Amino acid sequence: MAILIKGGRVIDPAQNLDARHDLLIEGNKIVALEADITAPAGARVIPAEGKIVTPGLIDMHVHLREPGYEQKETIATGTRAAAAGGFTAVACMANTNPVADSASVIAFIKEKARQEGVVRVYPVGALSKGLEGKEIAEIGDLAAAGAVAISDDGHPVMNALVMRHALEYAKMFNLPVISHCEDADLANEGLMHEGLMSTILGLRGIPAAAEEVMVARDLILAELTGGRLHLAHVSTAGSVRLLQEARARGVKVTAEVTPHHLCLTDGLVQSYDTSTKVNPPLRPADHVAAVVAALAAGEIDAIASDHAPHADEDKDVEYDYAPFGMVGLETAVPLVVTELILPGKLSWLQAVKAWTVNPAWILNVPGGSLAPGGVADVTIIDPELEKEVNVNEFYSLGHNSPLHGRKLKGWPVATIVGGRIVMEQGKVIED
Amino acid sequence: MRLKHKDLLGLKDLTAEEIELILETAAPMKEILGRDIKKVPTLRGKLVVTLFYEPSTRTRTSFELAAKYMGADTVSIATATSSIQKGESLRDTARTLAAMGTDAVIIRHSAAGSPALLARTIEAPVLNGGDGMHEHPTQALLDMFTIKEKLGGFKGLKVAILGDILHSRVARSNIWGLTKMGAEVRVVGPATLMPPEVEKLGVKVYYNAEEALKDVDVINVLRIQKERQKKGLFPSLREYARLYELTPQRLKLARPGALVLHPGPMNRGVEIAPAVADGLQAAINEQVTNGVAVRMALLYLLIGGAN
Repeated sequence: MAILIKGGRVIDPAQNLDARHDLLIEGNKIVALEADITAPAGARVIPAEGKIVTPGLIDMHVHLREPGYEQKETIATGTRAAAAGGFTAVACMANTNPVADSASVIAFIKEKARQEGVVRVYPVGALSKGLEGKEIAEIGDLAAAGAVAISDDGHPVMNALVMRHALEYAKMFNLPVISHCEDADLANEGLMHEGLMSTILGLRGIPAAAEEVMVARDLILAELTGGRLHLAHVSTAGSVRLLQEARARGVKVTAEVTPHHLCLTDGLVQSYDTSTKVNPPLRPADHVAAVVAALAAGEIDAIASDHAPHADEDKDVEYDYAPFGMVGLETAVPLVVTELILPGKLSWLQAVKAWTVNPAWILNVPGGSLAPGGVADVTIIDPELEKEVNVNEFYSLGHNSPLHGRKLKGWPVATIVGGRIVMEQGKVIED
Repeated sequence: MRLKHKDLLGLKDLTAEEIELILETAAPMKEILGRDIKKVPTLRGKLVVTLFYEPSTRTRTSFELAAKYMGADTVSIATATSSIQKGESLRDTARTLAAMGTDAVIIRHSAAGSPALLARTIEAPVLNGGDGMHEHPTQALLDMFTIKEKLGGFKGLKVAILGDILHSRVARSNIWGLTKMGAEVRVVGPATLMPPEVEKLGVKVYYNAEEALKDVDVINVLRIQKERQKKGLFPSLREYARLYELTPQRLKLARPGALVLHPGPMNRGVEIAPAVADGLQAAINEQVTNGVAVRMALLYLLIGGAN
């Protein structure tokens, strides 16, 4: 069936386009993108006046928890959360049980996503066997099975030699190495950002330096090896400076930032609400300003949610005992629109770039553009729509969001994956 | 006048007027403690529960005595003997206590913020008996009661807090309370045991004990936990004592007659010299008595006739 999206403001950074255009989809392909298209007979017309039409948004860093932690999230629920949040594709991290360090786990995830998922799922393979940071995983096998990157996300690779080998070896398969930059010794079992707020709250602090020394190390190793380094969830001003300096020297590196590190500060921890406990931790305003500026300047390439669902009982405990992570798929877009785009800190073009063409390029996956001939992955956002976040209405099994009850503006209203409408008006459309 | 919050979670949340009210209420309570028959019926029929996830002798005993002297019934739950050992969550334990008709819960926990979690779960007042590195409000209030009793007030007083500031909930509560009441607070200890950006709480930071103790009116000596040395935060107890132990020589740098406090239990010969601990300027045993009086006052204000 043909779908004509009519009269929307089309923002497609891949073509440097920001204009009122119509978009025609036939089957699973985009067939036309022009100022005025007449609807073919039998086409479904979606009126999009006043709406933003973008290439399908790609979240390159989520945790779908399956296999192994189905009480926290499944591929079925996580991809529905993605669709509800305006995402047409997600890359899921390897810290499942069993760990995605073998071709069979990658194949399981892909098959499960094909059967039960509603958006595209790109598995990330483990960097090391068992995420133990000791020996590199069978990266060649992982690549052959369909892994789009390798990462020990959630666990820092403390051994610099292992990281060096991973960067060298993954180069043969043109896979990016996604680094969770954290020096575990410096982090010292900390619970939040180290600073005035941790002093007041009496919670062990994680200094910004715990991230920055690892960013520095990995940039040096990327330079040494010529490998493709991608920095996960950059959260400090120092990391940004190191990134700028390495870029200037021509080091091959890309980076992402989460909506929560762009929009929230460590002041939220005052409630001792365990949904504010994330790794890297929420930072004070000066760090937040630095990552926002780096994203706006194009120095940080991607926005990725680090969607980390947990079961209610895991989080409904003392702050010390709660696991790290917050959910993000269903609030990422309105949070960034409300806190950054509407106040003028970030342009639509830059935000959409960080959610489309850039992650598509980094992961070497389809989509990321609305150019005719490409896959028909499209997201429509209503910049005027205002709603209160209600975690009890999430498709995700995880309710661990500190945004519950907050009014946000700019919600996605349609998600189209391969020519099929999977979400309309916030509701996931089942077959 | 009454306290604004249903709970006592920390001194950060109290106004100077509320602190004053608690200290004033504690004075007649201390008078009761001096009587032959130390019992009043004010809280008769009330149930006070102490829920201790960390070992404690003096705080728990002090709260229990305070409740008993006021006529309340007390139940004491320690982690080693309760369903907490069977994996029951704090929230579920709290709901159980509420269902049993508890009028107040005193909680001690190694995890900061646990009293706040408990206070959100139950309607009864929650009193923080020390949570992680966060606050120990009743300890600070008894320290302040002792200071006020001995020195008359707080305005313009110089108070030094000496030792492991980083891990100390006693230090944090004292900083909030004393600065609100107009005292000048100095914190002194090794740089590795100093909380980041602590100067933003309105205190002066010293690493040199001799400089910090000069002309102070009060020295509050903190207990040094020997495990900290194993974590590499200072090289040896010997060097710690050489640099920071409150010795008679160091005490002479303070204002003559300066008051020495210690929340106990003491490591004699590490953070405090025996001659100082047992000396005329130390009010350490009196702090214990005042602790009972202050806790009686708090129970009265939170669950007594005032409500």
